[in-house]
Amino acid sequence: MAKPLLDLRGVARRFGGLIAVSGVSMSVREGSITALIGPNGAGKTTMFSLISGFLKPSEGQIYYDGREVTGEPAYKLARRGIGRTFQIVQPFAGLTVRENICVGSYLRCRQRAAANAAAEKVAREVGLETLLDAPADTLTVAGRKRLELAKALATEPKLLLLDEVLAGLNPSEIRDIIPVIRGLRDRGITILMIEHVMQAVMSLAEHVFVLAEGRLIAEGAPAEVAGSPIVIEAYLGHGAAKRLARTP
Amino acid sequence: MKSFTPIAIVIAGLAAVPLLVHSNVVLNFFVVALMIALAGQGWNILGGYGGQYSFGHAIFFGSGAYVTAILQVKYGVNAWPAFGCGIIAGAVAGTAVGWLAFRAGLRGSYFALVTLAFAEVLRIVASVAPITGAGVGTLVKLDLSFASLQFESRAAFYWLILALVSVALIVTWAIERSRFGAWLTAVRENEEAARALGVDAVAVKIGAMVISGAITAAAGCFYVQYFLFVDSHIAYGAWISIEALLTPIIGGAGTIFGPLIGALVVKALGEAALVVTGEAPGLDLVVFGVVLIVVVGFAPRGIGGLRTTLLTKIKRGLGGGTAEVRRG
Repeated sequence: MAKPLLDLRGVARRFGGLIAVSGVSMSVREGSITALIGPNGAGKTTMFSLISGFLKPSEGQIYYDGREVTGEPAYKLARRGIGRTFQIVQPFAGLTVRENICVGSYLRCRQRAAANAAAEKVAREVGLETLLDAPADTLTVAGRKRLELAKALATEPKLLLLDEVLAGLNPSEIRDIIPVIRGLRDRGITILMIEHVMQAVMSLAEHVFVLAEGRLIAEGAPAEVAGSPIVIEAYLGHGAAKRLARTP
Repeated sequence: MKSFTPIAIVIAGLAAVPLLVHSNVVLNFFVVALMIALAGQGWNILGGYGGQYSFGHAIFFGSGAYVTAILQVKYGVNAWPAFGCGIIAGAVAGTAVGWLAFRAGLRGSYFALVTLAFAEVLRIVASVAPITGAGVGTLVKLDLSFASLQFESRAAFYWLILALVSVALIVTWAIERSRFGAWLTAVRENEEAARALGVDAVAVKIGAMVISGAITAAAGCFYVQYFLFVDSHIAYGAWISIEALLTPIIGGAGTIFGPLIGALVVKALGEAALVVTGEAPGLDLVVFGVVLIVVVGFAPRGIGGLRTTLLTKIKRGLGGGTAEVRRG
């Protein structure tokens, strides 16, 4: 078994009296696609903000690539190779698609020509090559999700955090983007994704963590987790697993 | 802007003005307009490209002016190195204010208010401190010679300020094409997203403030050499903070030529207003206000961006305005 690229130990985050995440320990294997699921308000996006350095944990440690990175600011972690997308897409609205992606590719390429070339390569990979000169604010929802992915990819991450990149897409758009994500894993990027589209989780993820009310309640292979009574109850309420079992 | 040609053409065109015009009044108008353009070019780096709207660029204009004047008058330094020290003083002031404001995470109107406060504090200090000449101001000795950076001919001053404006144009052009420029506009558009892509937003903003401060300070240094006088109202007064931000916004913030276009238009309108009304004091300010309202309302990209604004409007009109809906 490969070593973990990301390792969380007892991570907690409080906002005043509200405990958003509490005592979460989880590890993500290098080269895998791992999913983080859970009902709304479970603390999934808070987890992402903690891992990517937008929030500092109140307790616990985060290890990435063999070293402790707890509390490091977001831009440093991005330089170390942690890329993230945002659930609510964050394009640079006044810039073109090319300029948007270039902001990311400049991280590894100091020269303008090299950054442009890298941006075009990433655009082809996510299927935005025909829209390079379009202003980012004219893109459709699916286009913006792809751009969000492209920007993060342009920083050449080792660990990519995908926060609901499939939400808001129609089934055919989801079908189109799933191979893209699998392709990323195949060229060595470790992926941790938050996803509500179970079809995607089942077909992509090798390992699933389930978060509910800020705590990790289950983990395992996708099929195992989806059948687990604890998980079903977390989504549908107390006693739901039993009622479902009774239904033929 | 990809090519350098338009910049070269504009510089060459402006350089020819004193060869065609010999009226001192007209040349004086151009010298003052270019000086304001230079102050605006400084503001444009931070405000136009970086989206950090400073209301206190007098901090830099005044620091440049005072350093140039005081070094000459009180310490007997030659005008040329004094001019250089004035520019450095602007960069230092930019570092200090930027470090304090951006490290504290000030954004938007809070940043604007803090810069305004810094400028006011400096104005009050300068109006009482003995070194600045307090209320009397500092007078630079008249000595019309190349060695003391004073010229008898208006044309020579004109070419000096044009040279400074040209350097600022080239610096802006270089920034626009660089990694620093890409990161700076990214911070303007969306700071969170920029940080996620590895951009050290605080460092980028402080960097912009240093360049911005140095350029605006150069305008202050020039002011002293041209008028040979500076006091606290001129150096740190609100007038220059306003003109430094007005000209790029009217001309087109975040564009290379924005401050230059804005300064020429604003100054021309201001002069015209004074002529028409028989020099009613403060009327040029009213004109600035009206122009600003018209530009912000109808041409948010400024006069320089009018073509793009109109094209977008026409396109959106044809497309049934769907783009507006999507923007929501």
